[in-house]
Amino acid sequence: MYSIGCAISILMHRSILSTFSSAVLWITANSTQASPSLMAPASTPAHEIQKLAWFTLSITGGIFFVVAGLLTYAVIKYRAKEADRLSEPAQIYGSTQIELAWTVIPVLIVIVLFLTAARLIFAIQDAPEPESAVDVTVIGHQFWWEFRYPKLGIVTANELHVPLSSSEAPVPTYLSLLSSDVDHSFWVPQLAGKTDLIPNHPNATWIDPLRPGLYVGQCAQFCGAQHAMMLLRVYVDTPEEFSAWVKNQQQQAVQDPAVAGGQRVFETEACINCHAIRGTVATGRFGPDLTHLMSRETLGAGAAPNTAENLRAWIKNPGTFKNGCLMPAMQLEAPQINQITEYLATLR
Amino acid sequence: MAENSVPLPGSIDLTRSRGYAPTVLERLHGWLVTVDHKRLGILYVTYGILFLLVGGAEAIAIRIQLAVPRNDFISAQVYNRFFTMHGTTMVFLVGMTIIFGFANYLVPLQIGARDMAFPRLNAFSFWLTAFGGLLLYYSFIGGSGLSGAGSAPDVGWFAYAPLTARAFSPGHSTDYWALALIVSGFGTLGTAINIVTTVLSMRCKGMTMMRLPLFTWLMLVDSGLTLITITPLTAAQIMLLIDRYLGGHFFDTQAGGSAVAWMHFFWIFGHPEVYVLVLPAFAIANEVIPVFSRKAIFGYPAMVAASVGIAFISLSVWAHHMFTVGMTSFSNAFFVLSTELVGIPTGIKIFNWLATIWGGKIRFATPMLFAIAFLFQFLIAGLTGIMLSIAPWNWQLHNSYFVIAHFHYVLVGAIVFCIFAGVYYWYPKVTGRMLNDTLGKWHFWLFLIGFHVTFDTMHFLGILGMPRSIYTYEPDRGWKTLNMITSAGGIIQGIAVLIFAFNLFWSYFHGEPAGDDPWDAWTLEWQTSSPPPVYNFAQDPVVRSRRPLWDLKHPEDPDWEYEG
Amino acid sequence: MSATTGMPAAYEGQWRLPPRGKVGMSSLIVGESAIFTIFVVAYVFYIGKSLSGPTPRQVLEVPIFATICLLSSSFTVWMAERAIRRNRVSTFALWLGGTICLGLVFLGGTAIEWHKLIYQDRLTISTNLFGTTYYSLVGLHATHVVIGLLMLTIVFLFAVTRRVRGQHAERITVLSMYWHFVDAVWVVVFTVVYVIGR
Repeated sequence: MYSIGCAISILMHRSILSTFSSAVLWITANSTQASPSLMAPASTPAHEIQKLAWFTLSITGGIFFVVAGLLTYAVIKYRAKEADRLSEPAQIYGSTQIELAWTVIPVLIVIVLFLTAARLIFAIQDAPEPESAVDVTVIGHQFWWEFRYPKLGIVTANELHVPLSSSEAPVPTYLSLLSSDVDHSFWVPQLAGKTDLIPNHPNATWIDPLRPGLYVGQCAQFCGAQHAMMLLRVYVDTPEEFSAWVKNQQQQAVQDPAVAGGQRVFETEACINCHAIRGTVATGRFGPDLTHLMSRETLGAGAAPNTAENLRAWIKNPGTFKNGCLMPAMQLEAPQINQITEYLATLR
Repeated sequence: MAENSVPLPGSIDLTRSRGYAPTVLERLHGWLVTVDHKRLGILYVTYGILFLLVGGAEAIAIRIQLAVPRNDFISAQVYNRFFTMHGTTMVFLVGMTIIFGFANYLVPLQIGARDMAFPRLNAFSFWLTAFGGLLLYYSFIGGSGLSGAGSAPDVGWFAYAPLTARAFSPGHSTDYWALALIVSGFGTLGTAINIVTTVLSMRCKGMTMMRLPLFTWLMLVDSGLTLITITPLTAAQIMLLIDRYLGGHFFDTQAGGSAVAWMHFFWIFGHPEVYVLVLPAFAIANEVIPVFSRKAIFGYPAMVAASVGIAFISLSVWAHHMFTVGMTSFSNAFFVLSTELVGIPTGIKIFNWLATIWGGKIRFATPMLFAIAFLFQFLIAGLTGIMLSIAPWNWQLHNSYFVIAHFHYVLVGAIVFCIFAGVYYWYPKVTGRMLNDTLGKWHFWLFLIGFHVTFDTMHFLGILGMPRSIYTYEPDRGWKTLNMITSAGGIIQGIAVLIFAFNLFWSYFHGEPAGDDPWDAWTLEWQTSSPPPVYNFAQDPVVRSRRPLWDLKHPEDPDWEYEG
Repeated sequence: MSATTGMPAAYEGQWRLPPRGKVGMSSLIVGESAIFTIFVVAYVFYIGKSLSGPTPRQVLEVPIFATICLLSSSFTVWMAERAIRRNRVSTFALWLGGTICLGLVFLGGTAIEWHKLIYQDRLTISTNLFGTTYYSLVGLHATHVVIGLLMLTIVFLFAVTRRVRGQHAERITVLSMYWHFVDAVWVVVFTVVYVIGR
C-alpha cells in the first residue's frame, strides 16, 4: 500500500516538474508568426505583462516546490508500516506559533505581489496618449470587426494596419473600443492584454508594436453562434508600408467600366442596405465596408481566404463558411452572383 | 453501539416488521414520499452522479469536436448548446446536488440528531431542485418559440447580457436557463436554511460548536454562504425575465441600461458559488485525512477560523472575473488585493492538512489516495488562481484555456476528487458494503492520469493564445497537438468514471459486508449500524470532545483532556 | 455500551439550543435580504440614468398614510404576539385582524398609486429605467406583503375557530419575524425610492 502512495506523490511531483519545464521551453520557442503566444510579445504592454508573469511564476513556482516537496516527503516518510499498525501515532492538536508563521509569510508574499501588479495596472491603464499616436475606433459586431481611423478618414474591416513603433520614436496606436450589439473582446496576445467591447460602455486600449509582421488574435468574449470565427489580423507595417496602405485606403472605390454591370446589380439587389462602398450610392453600415475588399487577405473575419472562388461561394451562401453569421443568403441567380463577384474583385 | 443498547420507551423501532417484503411499487412510493434525511441524501447524490454522466458526455462531445482544427463533428450551434449545458449541469445539477446530498445524509448523524430540522422542507427542496434540472434538460426537446429558434440554452453558463436579450436570443433557450435555475435555486435555499437550523438547533448534548466535526462545521459555513450567494442569481434572473417578457430595461443598453450590471450581479453570485462548491470538498478532506493518517486534525480552531474567513473574503473578490471590462485602475487594484487575500486562509488549510499527515501513520486506502491527489492538485489550482489574480496577466489569460484549466483543476482536481474520496469513505456506512478495492484503484489511477493529461496540457493552450467558447480553431495557430492530447485525456477520464459507476452498482450486491466502523474512525456516524436504522440512534448520544469514538476506544487517553 | 463516556448529571439540565423556528426564519430573512439588496442596488445605480420618460420627481407622491399603516401593523402584530403568549386567544385574534387590515390598506394604497402612475402618468415597467426598477422593487416588496397577509389570514382563521392556543406562541413569533422583516424592507425601499431617489 505504501508504495502506491509513494508512487503517486513522486509521479505528481516529477511529472509536473518535467512536463512543465520542457513545455515552457517549447512554448517560448514556438513564436512563429501564426502562433499567438503570450510568451512571444512584440509590443510594450505585452512585454511588460510577460515580465510580470515570469516574476509571479517564479514566486508561485517557489511556493509549489516547497509545499509539494514537503507533502511528498510526508507521504513517503509517514506511511504506516505493517509492524506498527496496532498503535496510534502521537496526537498533536495544533500550535499557535506555527499557525502564526504560516499566516505571516503568505501575507508578506501577498503584499509583494499586490504592489508589483498595482504598479503595472496603473502604468498600462493610465498611460497618457502621446501626440504621435495613431487613433483607431474599433466597433464590434456579430461577428466582424469595424475599424475606423477618424483622423485619416479610413473605414475598413477585420484586418488592422498599424505603424511600427520604437522606444526612440514611439508611435503607439490607441484603440477606442465600442460595440454595436453584444459584448466582444479585442485580443491579440502578442500585442497587448485583451479589453472588452461592451455596448453603451466605451473602453480604450493601446499597443506599441516593436517588430513588424502579422499578429493574429480573435474575439475573446462569447458573442453568439460564430464567436469562434471573429478572427483578427493585425499588420504592423514599417512607416513606408503604413503610408502606402493609408493612401490606398483613403481613395474612393475603383470605378472600372468593365464591371459597371456588376456594380449596378450590387446597387439594386439590396446589398447596399448593409454594405458601404465609398464613391458609390452604397452607404450601408450594418455589414463591413467593401471599398477596398480585395486589400484584405480573408473573407468573413477569417472564415475563408479571399479568393474569387470563395467570394462567389460566400455571396451565394455565407453559411457554407460561417453558419450563423448575420449575412443572409440572398437567393440570387448565378449570373447575378458572377457579376457581383467580378465587380467586387476590382475593389483593391 | 446501537444494536446493543437497551431500547428505552419511545425509542422502539416502529417501522414495518420483516413479515413480508414490500412490493416494487411500495418501495418506489416510499422513496417518492420520504422525508428521511438519509434517503433524501441518497436521492441527491444519485441524481448528481447521473447528471455527472450526462455532463461528462457533453464534455466528451466538446473534446471530440476540438480534437482537430476545423472539425465538423457537431455544428457551431450544437457546440454552443453543449458547452453551455455542460457548465450549467456540472455546477448546478452535479456540484450543488452532490454536496447537499452529502450534507443531508451526514450532518444529522454527525451531530447525533434524529433527522434534519425541517424534514418536509427537506423533501420539498430536493424535488424542486430535481424538477429544475429536468426543466433545464427538457429544453433540448421543448418548444421553439414563434421564430423557430430555440432548444437548449446556448449563451454560456454565465449568460452575459445583452446576448440574452430577446433581440439576440429569440426563442426560449435563455428562458429555460433562467427558469430552471430559479426553481432549483429555491430548492437550494430551502436546503441551506435546513442545514443551518439543524446544526444550530439539533446538536446532541455536549456537542458545543467547537466540538462539531469539521465536516459539519464546513457545511454550516457553506450553507450560510449559500443563503447570500444563490439569491443574487435569482434576483438577476428575475430581472432578465422582466427584460425579456415585460419590456424591462435592466440590461437593455439601448435604453441606458448596463451590460456590466449583469456581470456584477452574476459574479456576486458566481464567485462565492465556487466557494460554496469547494468548502464541502474541504469538509470531506477534513474527515478523510485525519482518519487515514491516524491523527487528529492539526489546528482545529484555525481550520474553523480559516473556513469562516474564506466565506467572508470570498464575497469581496467577484470582479476579478471582470478585469477586462474597463473598470478603473483603482478598482482593478482592489480586486487584485482581495483575491490574493482569500488565498491566505486557503493556504492555511493546506498547511494544516500537511501538519496532520506529518508524524502520522498513513494508510493508503482508496479514499486516502483521492485525498492525497486532492492536496497536490488543490495546491496547483490555488497557485494558478494567484496567477490569474494578477490583473495585467489576467488581461492576457482571461477567457483563455488557462482559465478553463484553472477552474477545472479546482472543480475536478479538488472537488470531484474529494467527492470520490467521500463516496469511497461513506459508501460502507450508507449501504453496509465496501466498494470493490480493485475497481477503486483502477478508477483512481485512470482518472488521475486522464485528469493530468487533459488539464495540465490545457494551461499551455491558454498561454499559446487559445480563447474559450470556440467551436473550432484555425489549423495554423499551433494548437493542434495540444488539443488532441487534451481530448485523449478526456476519454481516459470517461472510462474511469464508468468504472466508478459500475463499482457503485456492483458493490451494492456483491461488496464485502462493512460493519459499523470499517475505517476505525472517530465521529458519531460510525457508532451506529451500517446502514443506520431510520431513527439513527436508539439513545441520544452525549459527547465530551471532538472525537467521541476516540474517547470510547482510548479511555486511558481521551481527547477531552487535551482540548482547550 | 452507552453511546459515549458518562456525562456528569449536572450537565443534563443546561443544554440549551436556539429554537429551530427562529433560526430557520432568520436564515430565510438573510437570504431574502440578499435578493432585495440586488434590486435596491439596481434601483440606486439607475437613478438619473433614464434616457426618457417621467422622472420620479414628476410622478411620485410620498405614500405617508400607507407607510404609517404598514409600520403600525408591526406594532399590532407585536401586541398579538403578547396576547397569545398569555393564552388570550380572542385578544390575539383582534390584534391579528388589525394587522391584516392595516396590511390590506397598505396594499390598497399601492394599488391606487400604481393606477395613477400607469393611467395618468403613463409610467409602466417598460417605459424607462425608472419604470423598470421602480415596479420591480416595489412589486417585489408588495409580493412579500401578499404572502405575509396570506399566512396571517390563515392563522387568523385558525384563531377564530379556536384552533390556536398559548402553546403555539412560538410559531406565531416566527411568523411575526417575517412580518417585521417585510416592514423593515419597506423602510429601506421607502427611503431609497421616495426620499433619496426623488
